[in-house]
Amino acid sequence: MSWLSLSPVELQAFRLSLWVALVSVLVSLPVATTVAYVLARSRFWGHGLLNALVHLPLVLPPVVTGYLLLVAFGRRGIFGSTLEALGLQLAFTSAGAALAAAVMAFPLIVRAIRLALEAVDPKLEEAASTLGASPVKVFIFVTLPLSLPGILAGAVVGFAKALGEFGATITFVSNIPGETQTIASAIYSLLQVPGQEAAVGRMIVFSILLSFGALLLSEVLARRMVRR
Amino acid sequence: MTVKLDIQLQRGGFHLDAHLSAPAGVTVIFGPSGSGKTTLLRAVAGLESIDQGHVSIEGADMSRVAPHHRAVGYVFQEPRLLPHLTVMANLKFAQKMGLVGAGQSFDEVTDLLALRPLLQRYPGALSGGEAQRVALGRALLSAPKCLCLDEPLSALDHGLKQRILPYLERLRDQTKIPILYVTHDAAEMARLADHIVLMQAGESVLSGPASEVLADPAAVQFLGVRAAGTVVVGRVMSPDPVTGLAVMGFDGGQLILPELAQPEGRKIRIRIAAQDIVLASEKPKGLSALNILDGIITDLHQGQGPGVMVQFKVGETLFLARITQYSAERMGLVLRQRVFAIVKASAFDPAGIGT
Repeated sequence: MSWLSLSPVELQAFRLSLWVALVSVLVSLPVATTVAYVLARSRFWGHGLLNALVHLPLVLPPVVTGYLLLVAFGRRGIFGSTLEALGLQLAFTSAGAALAAAVMAFPLIVRAIRLALEAVDPKLEEAASTLGASPVKVFIFVTLPLSLPGILAGAVVGFAKALGEFGATITFVSNIPGETQTIASAIYSLLQVPGQEAAVGRMIVFSILLSFGALLLSEVLARRMVRR
Repeated sequence: MTVKLDIQLQRGGFHLDAHLSAPAGVTVIFGPSGSGKTTLLRAVAGLESIDQGHVSIEGADMSRVAPHHRAVGYVFQEPRLLPHLTVMANLKFAQKMGLVGAGQSFDEVTDLLALRPLLQRYPGALSGGEAQRVALGRALLSAPKCLCLDEPLSALDHGLKQRILPYLERLRDQTKIPILYVTHDAAEMARLADHIVLMQAGESVLSGPASEVLADPAAVQFLGVRAAGTVVVGRVMSPDPVTGLAVMGFDGGQLILPELAQPEGRKIRIRIAAQDIVLASEKPKGLSALNILDGIITDLHQGQGPGVMVQFKVGETLFLARITQYSAERMGLVLRQRVFAIVKASAFDPAGIGT
C-alpha cells in the first residue's frame, strides 16, 4: 500500500486543488445565478454581447484566458495595481488560482443554471405574485428552490472543471509547489522528470476518485431533491 | 365592497374595452373563447397592464399597483400550486409573504373546502379536484379584497365539477367580497351567478343581475342559443303524493324534478334551458310531460336565424322558450297572450341544480 501514500508535495497539490475548486465554485455561484437569471429572463440591448462574453472562456484557448487575466489582474495590470494597494495580490497566488478556475468554470455554471431557470414555469411565479410575493420574494421562494437541482448540477460541473483546470491557471499563477501547484500542474511537472511513473499513476488514481466522488455526491443530492 | 372596471388595452390585434361593476357576490363573466374574459381578469389582478382606464377595488384606484400589492385572490384554470411546498405551506404562502388581513381563518377555509386530510401532502400527490380546491383555499387565505376565478373547473371532469360546485356555492354565501367568475359553461353560470357580464369580441356588451340578464331575450345573441335559459329560484316541497317524484315550488307554480336530491325545505335554483320548453296556445291534454306551466307572454324577440325567443311570466317568475319563427307565426303568438309551457322533467340537468 506504500505506493498509494502521497508525498507531502502531492498532498499539498490535492489540498490546494480542492480549496481552489471549492472557493471558485462558491464565489461563482451567486454571480453565475444572477447572470443566468438576467440572460434567461430579460431582453435588453447587449443581451447577445453579455451572452458571448460569458461564453468566451469556453471557446478561447485557456492560455489566452490566462494571459488576459495577467493583463487585468497582474501586479501592473488594469485592476491588479488597485487590488494590490488594497493588499490583495492575485497573480502567482492561490487566490489567483481560484480566480482562474472560477473564470474557466463560469460559462458551464451559467449554462446549467440558465437551463434550470428557464425550466421554471413562469405561471407559478405569476401565481406567487397574486399571493403577495414581491419580485424578490418570488425569486427567493419560488424560482430559486425550483431551480435548485439545476443550480446544484451547475455547481458540480463547475467544481469538476475547476478541479482539472490547467491552461489558464499555469499561465496566470504559474506552478509553484505549495502555493499554486494544483493536481493538474503537479502531474504536468512530474511528467517532465523521468522515472516518476509511480507518482503520476498515484496522482491519477486519486484525481479519478475525487472527480467520481463529486459526481456521485451530486447524483445523491439530485435524487433526494426529486423525491420531494 | 365593489370592484369597478373601466379598462382599455391592446394586445396585438386584440382590443379589450370593458366596463363593469361587481358588487359582493358572484359576478359571472360569460362569453365565447377569445372574447377577452381571461384578459379582463388578469387586468384586475395586475397581471396584464392596461393602456387606459381604471381598476378600482373597494374605492381605491389599483390601475398602477403591482400585483403583489393588490390583494386580489386569483384561481387560474390550472391549480398552479407550488410543487416544492406541502399543501399546508401552499395555503400559508400568502401569510408568509406578509398578506394578513381580516379574511377567513385557516380553520374556516380548510373546513369549507375539506382540505384537512390533504395538508401534509405535496401537490404532486393530489388529484385534479383536490389540487383545485387547494388553489381556491390558497387564494381565500391571501386576505383578498376580491376573488378572480378563471374557469376554475374547466380542467375537471363532470363528476368532479359536481363535487366542487357546492363548495363554491358555500363560498358565495359566506364571503362578502366580490367574486369575478369566468366561465363558458351555462350550467355553472346559472348555479353561481348573482350578476352576469356578457363579453363579446373584447367588449362587455351586457351586464346586470343574473335573473334579469338570463331572462332578457336580447341577451340570447351573446349567450348563444344553447346557453339561453332562465334560472328559477324556489324551495324543495314534499314529494308529489301521486307519483312520489320530487317537487320544487316557485313563485307562480311548481315543477316536478325527478333528479332532485336536496332535502325538503331547502332553497334551490335550477336552470331551465330555452330549448327545453315547448309552447302551446291551448292547454294540452294527453301528454307524457309532467310539467305544464300557465303563463303570459311578456316579450317576443326575433334573433338571427330561424328562432324566436319567447319570454313569458308564470306568477312572478320569468321563463324563456326558443321556438321557430314558423311556429310563432302559425300559433299567432302576440304580447300578453296566454300560453302553456311544457317542460320535460328529464330536461333538467342535475348539474344545473344549485343552492
